[in-house]
Amino acid sequence: MNDTTTRTAGKPTAADRFLWALADGWTLTRRELAHWRRRPGRLLVGLLFPVLMVLMFGFLFGGAMTVPGGGDYREFLMPGMFAMAMVFGVGETVTAVSDDAARGVTDRFRAMPMASSAVVVGRCAADMLRSTITLALLVACGLLVGWQWNGTLGEAAAGFGLLLLLRFSLVWVGVYVGLLARGEGAVSAVHLLEFPLGFLSNAFVATTTMPLWLGVAADWNPLSSTVAAARELFGNPGWGGEGWIAQNAVLMAVVWPLVITAIFFPLCVRRFRALGS
Amino acid sequence: METTGCAITAHDLGKRYGGNWALRGFDLSVPTGSVCGLLGPNGAGKTTAVRILTILLRADEGTARVAGHDVATRGDLVRGSIGLVGQNAAVDEVLSGRQNLEMFGRLHHLGARRAATRADELLERFDLTETGGKPVGAYSGGMRRRLDLAASMITSPPVLFLDEPTTGLDPRGRNEVWSAVRALVAGGTTVLLTTQYLEEADQLADRISVVDSGRVVADGTPEELRSRLGRDRLDVVLRDAAALDRAAALIAPLADGPPETEADTRRISVGVEDRVTTLVEVARVLEEARVAVEDIALRRPTLDEVFLHLVGDRTEEVR
Repeated sequence: MNDTTTRTAGKPTAADRFLWALADGWTLTRRELAHWRRRPGRLLVGLLFPVLMVLMFGFLFGGAMTVPGGGDYREFLMPGMFAMAMVFGVGETVTAVSDDAARGVTDRFRAMPMASSAVVVGRCAADMLRSTITLALLVACGLLVGWQWNGTLGEAAAGFGLLLLLRFSLVWVGVYVGLLARGEGAVSAVHLLEFPLGFLSNAFVATTTMPLWLGVAADWNPLSSTVAAARELFGNPGWGGEGWIAQNAVLMAVVWPLVITAIFFPLCVRRFRALGS
Repeated sequence: METTGCAITAHDLGKRYGGNWALRGFDLSVPTGSVCGLLGPNGAGKTTAVRILTILLRADEGTARVAGHDVATRGDLVRGSIGLVGQNAAVDEVLSGRQNLEMFGRLHHLGARRAATRADELLERFDLTETGGKPVGAYSGGMRRRLDLAASMITSPPVLFLDEPTTGLDPRGRNEVWSAVRALVAGGTTVLLTTQYLEEADQLADRISVVDSGRVVADGTPEELRSRLGRDRLDVVLRDAAALDRAAALIAPLADGPPETEADTRRISVGVEDRVTTLVEVARVLEEARVAVEDIALRRPTLDEVFLHLVGDRTEEVR
């Protein structure tokens, strides 16, 4: 058999394997980029949705909203919109992962002599890139509607970093859900969850305006920590509040995503392996 | 079991889901360069067997070797030696055919330039050059499946698995896939294909293994199996149901086994030994007796009929 000739060329070293894994991950990232080029309309709609949300909340509801302690609602709103965009990105992750699994594309990858990590690495890289673009677009949109950061550039960068960290942790939630529930159902389930997760937080209104128990639940929503931390780092109104969780927003904006990743990354690996049992 | 000269061997494979054995006591050996057809109904265990042999699934029992490598311990080497065409065309629908092949080429570590030239070669070989730039979503079923085949042949693996390669295709698509598979076989690839269609196994396979309830219940060349799988059938459809009995009596002496009549469809069905001679003879006899015939045709026994035979065989084995 002719495969033995290539086989005897030497066992790949750990370094070879690492480079291959990177190359494979990049190949699958490029696959996503090619999807964007093939379906620009879809990409555009995905990117414009958060912009529409900003306009809706900023102008349609904005007049009726008050920020505790005073301050401009749109300045209060933008960090919440940034974080919401990170949450809504999960739908993309779930759709892509469950589509591939349902169509047998994942199986084809698994039957190929490629790095198995590449499937998730490529997914993660593409999703992070997309969310970064979304975030950049939202920042531009925010600047146009009167949002700005009032702190240093370093603080602002840290704020964006925390937002992307949240998105990173949610990639693994998305991959896990996508692998768990192949097919159409998964996607609608996630969209169903995005809304309560997004609205049961401090993204649009201060949690102090909610009934006590709801406010506490919203405070402990990981999204709230990221939003509060972003407000703090951008110097936007509305951060802080009562209770330990609200006082330590920046810390928790690091801890929550790490906890989520620590839970869901191993789950993803297990689920991916379980495809073969 | 003879293992030298075999590209695929499986010994006593078992796979359990909960309390149900999807596969149990599954034995198979496929000589290098030959085409083996796994024939069986839905749920017989064909796909489970293929998934174990392609490292997508771990067996609970038994051993298997593909291209000389143990599937349980040397999955990495098996992966480098096989191509897999699954039940649904596992290609990216958004990308073009060429983009798909280039992507799979890169994932096989061909490098960008070789992946591109290989994609062009494969598009030409599978007659997809014209549509290579179009998104796969716009392809016909047959084209999609040929692209799937092409994607499995990036590195010309010595062993190719085809899981129901023509399920859901129209006759034209099916013929396209069949000729593509024949071309691969001519190039020396060992092929294991699963199918629900006796005709497909007959067309493509050197040997057929009939699978039922998770194990191989019969195997042999198509010729050897033909007698065990039941004879070809001759179906005669009459214009007038009233003539059924008279016609059946005329046909009976020419046929192999008693005729079966079906009043609803005005059909008489008989087993035939000498296909064409019997067809001509039956047509002549009915013509002379002035029985109006609406349709007359030879066909392979259906899978149901085959299994009716084999269930009979199996009860004898048990005794």
